[in-house]
Amino acid sequence: MAFDEYQKREFKQVGTRPNRPDGVDKVTGRAMYGADMTLPGMLVGRILRSPHAHAKIKSIDASAALALKGVKAVVTGADFARPEDDFLRDVQENCMARGKALYDGHAVAAVAAIDAATAKAALKLIKVDYEILPHVTDVDAAMKAGAPIVQDGRTLENVPAGMSGNVTSHSEFGHGDPAAGFAKADKVVERSFKTAATHQGYIEPHAAVASVTTDGKGELWCCTQGHFFVRTLCAGMLGMEASQLRVTPSEIGGGFGGKTTVFIEPVALMLSKKAGRPVKVVMTRDEVFRATGPTVSTSIDVKIGMTKDGRITAGEAYLRYSGGAFPCGTIDMGGQAAFAAYDLEHVRTYGWNVLTNRPKEAAYRAPGAPQAIYAVESVVDELCLALKLDPLDVRLKNAAKKGTKSSYGPTFPDIGLVATLEAAHKHPHYTAPLGPNQARGLSCGFWFNFGGNTCVSLNVNTDGTVGITEGNPDIGGSRASVSLMAAEELGIPYEQIRTIVADTNSLGYNDVTDGSRVTFAVGLATIKAARDAVRKMCQRAAKIWDIDEEAVEWKDGAAVPAGPNAGKFPPMTLAEIAADSFATGGPIAGHHEVNVDGAGVSFGVHLVDVEVDKDTGATKVLRYTIFQDAGKAVHPDYVEGQMQGGAVQGIGWALNEEYIYGKDGRLQNAGFLDYRIPVASDLPPIETVILEIPNPGHPYGVRGVGETPIVPPLAAISNAVSRAIGTRMCELPMSPPRILKAIGTTA
Amino acid sequence: MKKLHISTTVNGDPAEFVCTPDESLLDALRNRLGLTGAKEGCGTGDCGACSVTVNGRLVCSCLVLAAEVEGAEIATIEGMADQDKLHPLQRAFIDHAALQCGVCTPGILVAAKSLLAKNPEPTDEEVRYWLAGNLCRCTGYDKIIRAVQSAAAEMRGA
Amino acid sequence: MRYLAAQSVAEAAKALAAEAGVTRILSGGTDVLVQLKAGMVEPDLIVDVKKLPGMREIRAEAGGFRVGAAVAGAELGEHKAFCAAWPGVAEGFQLIGSTQVQGRATMAGNLCNASPAADSVPALVAGGVVARIAGPDGERDLAVVDIPAGPGRTNLKKGEFITSFLFPARAKGASDAYLRFIPRTEMDIAVSSAAVNLTIGADGKVSAAEVALGAVAPTVVRVPEAAKAIIGTKLDDAALAAMAKACEAACNPIDDKRGTIAFRTHTAGVLACRAAHIAYERAGGKA
Ligand SMILES: Cc1cc2nc3c(=O)[nH]c(=O)nc-3n(C[C@H](O)[C@H](O)[C@H](O)COP(=O)(O)OP(=O)(O)OC[C@H]3O[C@@H](n4cnc5c(N)ncnc54)[C@H](O)[C@@H]3O)c2cc1C
Ligand code: FES
Ligand code: FES
Repeated sequence: MAFDEYQKREFKQVGTRPNRPDGVDKVTGRAMYGADMTLPGMLVGRILRSPHAHAKIKSIDASAALALKGVKAVVTGADFARPEDDFLRDVQENCMARGKALYDGHAVAAVAAIDAATAKAALKLIKVDYEILPHVTDVDAAMKAGAPIVQDGRTLENVPAGMSGNVTSHSEFGHGDPAAGFAKADKVVERSFKTAATHQGYIEPHAAVASVTTDGKGELWCCTQGHFFVRTLCAGMLGMEASQLRVTPSEIGGGFGGKTTVFIEPVALMLSKKAGRPVKVVMTRDEVFRATGPTVSTSIDVKIGMTKDGRITAGEAYLRYSGGAFPCGTIDMGGQAAFAAYDLEHVRTYGWNVLTNRPKEAAYRAPGAPQAIYAVESVVDELCLALKLDPLDVRLKNAAKKGTKSSYGPTFPDIGLVATLEAAHKHPHYTAPLGPNQARGLSCGFWFNFGGNTCVSLNVNTDGTVGITEGNPDIGGSRASVSLMAAEELGIPYEQIRTIVADTNSLGYNDVTDGSRVTFAVGLATIKAARDAVRKMCQRAAKIWDIDEEAVEWKDGAAVPAGPNAGKFPPMTLAEIAADSFATGGPIAGHHEVNVDGAGVSFGVHLVDVEVDKDTGATKVLRYTIFQDAGKAVHPDYVEGQMQGGAVQGIGWALNEEYIYGKDGRLQNAGFLDYRIPVASDLPPIETVILEIPNPGHPYGVRGVGETPIVPPLAAISNAVSRAIGTRMCELPMSPPRILKAIGTTA
Repeated sequence: MKKLHISTTVNGDPAEFVCTPDESLLDALRNRLGLTGAKEGCGTGDCGACSVTVNGRLVCSCLVLAAEVEGAEIATIEGMADQDKLHPLQRAFIDHAALQCGVCTPGILVAAKSLLAKNPEPTDEEVRYWLAGNLCRCTGYDKIIRAVQSAAAEMRGA
Repeated sequence: MRYLAAQSVAEAAKALAAEAGVTRILSGGTDVLVQLKAGMVEPDLIVDVKKLPGMREIRAEAGGFRVGAAVAGAELGEHKAFCAAWPGVAEGFQLIGSTQVQGRATMAGNLCNASPAADSVPALVAGGVVARIAGPDGERDLAVVDIPAGPGRTNLKKGEFITSFLFPARAKGASDAYLRFIPRTEMDIAVSSAAVNLTIGADGKVSAAEVALGAVAPTVVRVPEAAKAIIGTKLDDAALAAMAKACEAACNPIDDKRGTIAFRTHTAGVLACRAAHIAYERAGGKA
């Protein structure tokens, strides 16, 4: 479709930084987040969770809880029909265990009661008879013969025979003959890495208010990245028809991928159905850590060969990911992303997903990529050091560019990696002097980006303003970007447009807010909905002027006669056409529905300076600069915000964040005091440099920007720390005890 | 549990509620008084999303018993704007895009206001340390620090 | 659960002593409320002692200071004379938690919560501070070092609580310092910590010293050998090495999510040396 394609143009509004439409609500405390909703007669729902990492649930006796005054309903796994579909069954079993508790924190029962105190008391009265089973939480241990089997019979056919029953899938990507490539190298480095599971760490815990009536209709209010998907999952689990379940998204207090699935939503609906009253369920922070989406934990081997002058001759990676107690496809994305930044003749990755007694993985910004790229970029850095080569020169020499056959198959169209590397090279940060115990690290980052199903309505109001209805929760300013693109297309001021995020009944299906898709895909649909409305407005003008439709064009927010036979009429503005609309055929609206392709991949490069205190192992991040290709930065403030936020999450991952399990298989640090996300005083300013290499697949050249920035920090910081201490760090996070141990200060 | 009757002042107006003895001030504000601007990110003092002031002191309302505020003066995000006039900090946060999801914003604004009342001309480092108990997972804090400094300059009349 | 905002010391002591069930004293509540939320304790009675007379006062006494047990970190930090005399105590106390936590947290709560990692305690121990305790049988004084009995346990008897701390008069050339190690810059519990309180004589040499370590044993520990190592010195390298060694020898830590035994032991020595330097400079010494 030529219509979708990028066309070079001068932007009037896209690229400016107007205030976001939901700003005032959010600075005054008025915005309604998940837990802020109340309904008349509402009950409080709470969930009982397994204290065991792995246990058979022999029986659940809720009679005492049900007998407690004020308790209105109890729900267990037995209340849900067992879905046929594997995927849906896994999601459901993660929401409410059936037969076995698969990790510490796995939900086993829920209650609804008249208030929080009663619900809490009721939880204590539910008797669960557990038979404790041996557990395994480490990915390498779970792959060993004789490891406790988390779930039986989940192994796909492509897994080689003889592996542990915990291995569920295998994948391979690449081309060429790595062995031949290594033979040509002057230096080959092979290293093994481990990365801990981390959590998205959104500040808003999951919350849902459900109301199911006796006629089978349901209303659900929740904080989610994708209410249409929530509807699909919940309707499937409760045996409801999509039309009968309306899901309304609240404002969302962060997600980063972690709110792309359901946890408490089907439970709240089931409680409400049984109790006959609305039910609110809000997770505690402890529940968020124990039972919602961490990333995969990984163990990775990487081997790379390089010539003396810095040409990579071959790359190979063996990736073992654990997505917790359920089969998980993230390994495939890791395998595909690992070498994406390089133009290689010989490259291959081998991946395995492994079950462990940990919570089910949920997406976290570029799922699977940060870990794989961390390992690759660490080895590249080690080669640069060994061969005394400049790390940016080496990246430039091997960089993927237009026409490169990517390590995962497709040939790249226009991409921005070389531009970001060159920008980093020119930037004063790259050559700034360093003090003692200080060092500089860098890394490339990559993410695929997605498009997907999108549906947008655009209504032209009779006073000449415009309302846009879209279906993707606004997680960081996307309403502003959507309004900007509509303003650009229609030629009216940004302020005259209001964009809202509507419920599942108001629009066709919209995919989840993920894959960095919203500004790209919703933007594209908005542009096309605007063009649809423009076409209709041109028709109305033609009718008023009594000329041919084809003789009317849209220019600067108005219909104008065009062509030799159009006649001379003054431009008719959007407002004028709208004011007359009742007389010219009724209200005017534009729509667009599409399954969008053509999301351009995105690359970034991060530069970081650190200082390591060699007596305590503490790392201080001194300076941080991000270079990233945004295609077109629609609202640069929010593009910078994505880059800065992603980088800081990566800094946390590199230095301190990790899921720590005890010998008993229980999570030791299910709170913000010991799950250490960066605080303001940990950080320097995060400088950003936006590059704009237009994505050929979007009318304005937009690429997704949200995920790539979490990818480079892991290796950039590890490379800096390794250079500062003179020893290669191979495990994340690089907590102070690990650094002191690597230096050799402590045994 | 026998409920207690508490009389306080919230954002300058008299406010009364009943609560259980173990209920937090945050729960009372949100569930008894309908003031949902303060958020519960953790309930254990770690995130600062529930920040309010009690008798002028910045606190986490999740770490205060509702029963303790008898006779106290409480200020929340809902009282920060002067009727239809936003506080300079509120405007600066919008102008500088210092929020993404916005769930940390009420707590950060209340905390920043109390900083500027004490120290009208803080260094960046002072702002960062003062706000260390306010977690923001979206922004990386950069734009928050800029917004606070811009509001501080405006409030100093600079 | 019942909540009592006691009006007098006697009322508080009586109520606490009379309660057959679980009681908690409420000062800043920054430990108590977290424990309530987690369901770690379900008290039958909570007695709020903040509103008792004198509990929030800081006043001069015997050439030193008497600090009310319910004085919050932010309040003590605003008392210039106290902070000048006891900078190590002030910084230890003010390291606790965030600005918000500082608005509430107290030294008495920090001490009686009895975490080995309590940040205000090492400097109180090194400073020789004495707590005044009220109880059903009247008042008594007890050195801070004798109050913790082990993680989560104190030597206070049923119905007893701290009403104030007495900081002794400061000699000329005396000062203190406290350092802790945490992985972030704020909002963490100490992995190890050290307080040094010292006095310098006219010759510029350390004439008296006390060293206390946190988070490396079941309670905060005094390390007289470490103090001995620097007394009579100007903190030369040999003295500091001996001090670090003495500190390491006094460590009896655990491996847990916050740090390893080796890490805690090593950093305790490093921090003690650094704290000694700071205290020495504050006391007017020139190394
Ligand atoms: C986010 C956060 C961060 C924290 N960071 C730190 C930190 O960095 N370092 C640190 O050391 N601690 C930290 N803490 C723990 C806590 O803030 C401190 O221990 C604080 O000093 C406790 O004081 P409080 O007045 O709030 O105690 P409370 O919670 O009121 O009481 C604590 C305990 O002491 C008892 N108690 C209270 N007052 C008295 C009294 N007068 N006499 C006898 N017993 C009494 C109580 O019964 C209770 O058992 C943190 C807590 C939070 C929530
Ligand atoms: S909710 Fe109070 S600090 Fe997090
Ligand atoms: S803006 Fe989302 S947590 Fe701060």
